[in-house]
Amino acid sequence: MRALSTTRVLLIVLAVAVVAAFLPFWFSGYILGLLTLAYYFGVFAMAWDLLFGFAGEVNFGPTFLIGTGAYTAGILDNLYQPPIAVCLVAGALAAVAGGVILALPALRVRGPYFGLTTLVAVLMLQNFIVVDASLTGGEIGLTVPDVISVSDATNYEIALWFMAASAAILFSLSRSPVGLILQASGQDAVQAGALGFNVTKHKLAAFIISAFFSGLAGGLLIFYLGSASVGTLVDITVGVQIIIAAVLGGRRTILGAVLGAVFLIAMSEALRPLGDLSNFVVSALALVVVLLFPSGLLGLLTRSRETV
Amino acid sequence: MADARLDVAGLTKRYGGLVAVKEMSLRVEAGKILGLIGPNGSGKSTVMKLIMGIERPDAGSVRVGGTDVAGWPSHKIARLGVGIVFQHSRPLHRQTVLENIKLALLPDRLTRLLADPETDARARAIAARVGLSEVADRYPSTLAFAHLRKIEIAKAIARDPQVLLIDEPFAGLTMTETSAFSDLICELRDDGRAVLLVDHNVKSVARMVDRVLAMYVGERIAEGTADEVMRDETVRRVYLGGSLETAARPESTFRDGTTPFLDVRNVGVQYGKAQALDGVSIHVHAGEFVSVVGLNGAGKTTLFNAISGLLPYSGEIRREGQPLRGRSAARIARDGIVQCSEGRDLFTGMSVRENLDLGGQHLPPADSGRQIEWLFGLFPILRERQRQAAGTLSGGEQQMLTIARALMMKPKLLILDEPTLGLAPVILEQISKALERLRQTTPISVLLGEQNVTFALPHADRVYVLEHARIVWEGEPERFAAEAGTGYL
Repeated sequence: MRALSTTRVLLIVLAVAVVAAFLPFWFSGYILGLLTLAYYFGVFAMAWDLLFGFAGEVNFGPTFLIGTGAYTAGILDNLYQPPIAVCLVAGALAAVAGGVILALPALRVRGPYFGLTTLVAVLMLQNFIVVDASLTGGEIGLTVPDVISVSDATNYEIALWFMAASAAILFSLSRSPVGLILQASGQDAVQAGALGFNVTKHKLAAFIISAFFSGLAGGLLIFYLGSASVGTLVDITVGVQIIIAAVLGGRRTILGAVLGAVFLIAMSEALRPLGDLSNFVVSALALVVVLLFPSGLLGLLTRSRETV
Repeated sequence: MADARLDVAGLTKRYGGLVAVKEMSLRVEAGKILGLIGPNGSGKSTVMKLIMGIERPDAGSVRVGGTDVAGWPSHKIARLGVGIVFQHSRPLHRQTVLENIKLALLPDRLTRLLADPETDARARAIAARVGLSEVADRYPSTLAFAHLRKIEIAKAIARDPQVLLIDEPFAGLTMTETSAFSDLICELRDDGRAVLLVDHNVKSVARMVDRVLAMYVGERIAEGTADEVMRDETVRRVYLGGSLETAARPESTFRDGTTPFLDVRNVGVQYGKAQALDGVSIHVHAGEFVSVVGLNGAGKTTLFNAISGLLPYSGEIRREGQPLRGRSAARIARDGIVQCSEGRDLFTGMSVRENLDLGGQHLPPADSGRQIEWLFGLFPILRERQRQAAGTLSGGEQQMLTIARALMMKPKLLILDEPTLGLAPVILEQISKALERLRQTTPISVLLGEQNVTFALPHADRVYVLEHARIVWEGEPERFAAEAGTGYL
């Protein structure tokens, strides 16, 4: 059993992305729209896997980071209409700042408390959005005056290449020396400390990177959808979907998270005729995969390749 | 006196009411090996963790090359030149041996996205040095136990530490592996490092150490050359006990002769690659008190866990002739085989009374009350402490509560795993008296696992000696000192 080299994996990612780039020639705007959504969710899930799979910290509040990024970008656009790029950068930075404020105290507590802290952070953000309705649009949602593009194909390409770039960066990071230290810190913090690594520093860095990509993707998503609401971006159930996507795709693989996200969105679309039952079936399917194949979809794929 | 690389003075650590380490002092010079020995629970591992910064000391100083590092986080202490070899190896399993070693060579920087090209060569050199060259590109899960231990050494020496702490270097190794390992440790000493070896007994480290320091219940009891320490009166008393008084009942007096209450036959247990139990057969008659004596790591806890249904095993375990395999651990306990584990497992946030009530959950309230009254007679101190949270009790009181809670389940067989762990002699006496009353006034069978022979023998009807996963001796306690006592230090 020999893992593929980082370069080869990156080439495969590039090849898949190039193929995917030609999809707009065959598929309708509706399908492209779904895939666009799936790609952004893929980035959320990859950013989450960096924390869970490598740093060993379960972040129950991925939507805290996403929501902070999206709402910051959206509100800024509403108030001052700077170029969209400025809004996006501001959103990503806000997510990083929010992440640091959350992680600094949370990383000091051990065990399940880190997860609980992140969960509470989501609820606080949710309440803030609902209460401060004049700024955030409250329960109705936030509408932004600008969108990146009205073309389905353009939006699709942006999401695709953003996702591919994020995947390349996050994956390379996970295979780099820093990723190795991070993995050691996540698996055995005592030993990592005894080897001379400042575990808190490395985990905080992972959190910052995770927050940056989550916030940036959140911002891009709001300028794609043209609006944001608690239900689509911040709610706990959205966070749970992201976690399921990452675990479904394969823990500690980074790239598997994208597979998981595409799979989840494709499934719920395919099962749409079932009506309300479709959510249940998708969840049940996800549960079966997680229970029977803990290494996830990517684990399944690579295993079958190895036996050949 | 030469300058000490590692100089520890007045080191103290408390956990709640328990003093784990009390004003320890030790020095190790460059190019010397100090053996730190003591029975299980004596605080030797805590001393090591305090030096490494994994635990924070409550008082005292730890000087590494002159700098006091007491209270520093462990990554800073590591960077100052202290390395540790953990007893349990937990390598990264998705990385090769070489990558595991490279990890230890990486600088603690976030900006290092590409490894130094020299790292590879350095990692290979270290692998060669500890004898891992041939397996450097394999994954840890495919390797033998001795190799996994070598990975730990390789990681510990990667940063070229001047002080090396090694926890139980030979646990789980065969004779040949042990000698190869000790040669390696001696080489590391010859490089001019100060080495602290932590182990249970003098014998295992005597060949390599320059000096030995013996600990018991958190305090130093002797220091000197290996020979001096082995001859030391206090050390002998701690390990072997003084003169033994025994009161064994001959095995023929138990009526269930051919189908004893508990019959363990040819049981083997494997932890990954390490053989924890190998063809162990023991039996306990109804009402009998049987002691299993063995040093830490011999396999006592594994044996008890197998009996309690907590571990998969080969061979057979029967209770009153019926095989126990396939019954859940909860079923086995409810049916009357109750284990007091080494870790005590009390609900520390609950009061003494609540812990006892929980043990008597399945009894009718009247029965439960009567049982508690009887237990308060057995352990009077618990009556006074009823309302106190279990976590605030002293170590001895916690042990009594553990035994009492197990007795609330009205066991037919009580398994006690190292009840003396870390307890002072005066407390041992109280527990000892309670066990004697238990033996004389109740029909409960007892299976006691101990490394403290003084405690294990007086009440025992029969004794087994467990060594390196096998039963090496069985007999009456009065024959123990003559036949099995030597070679126990």
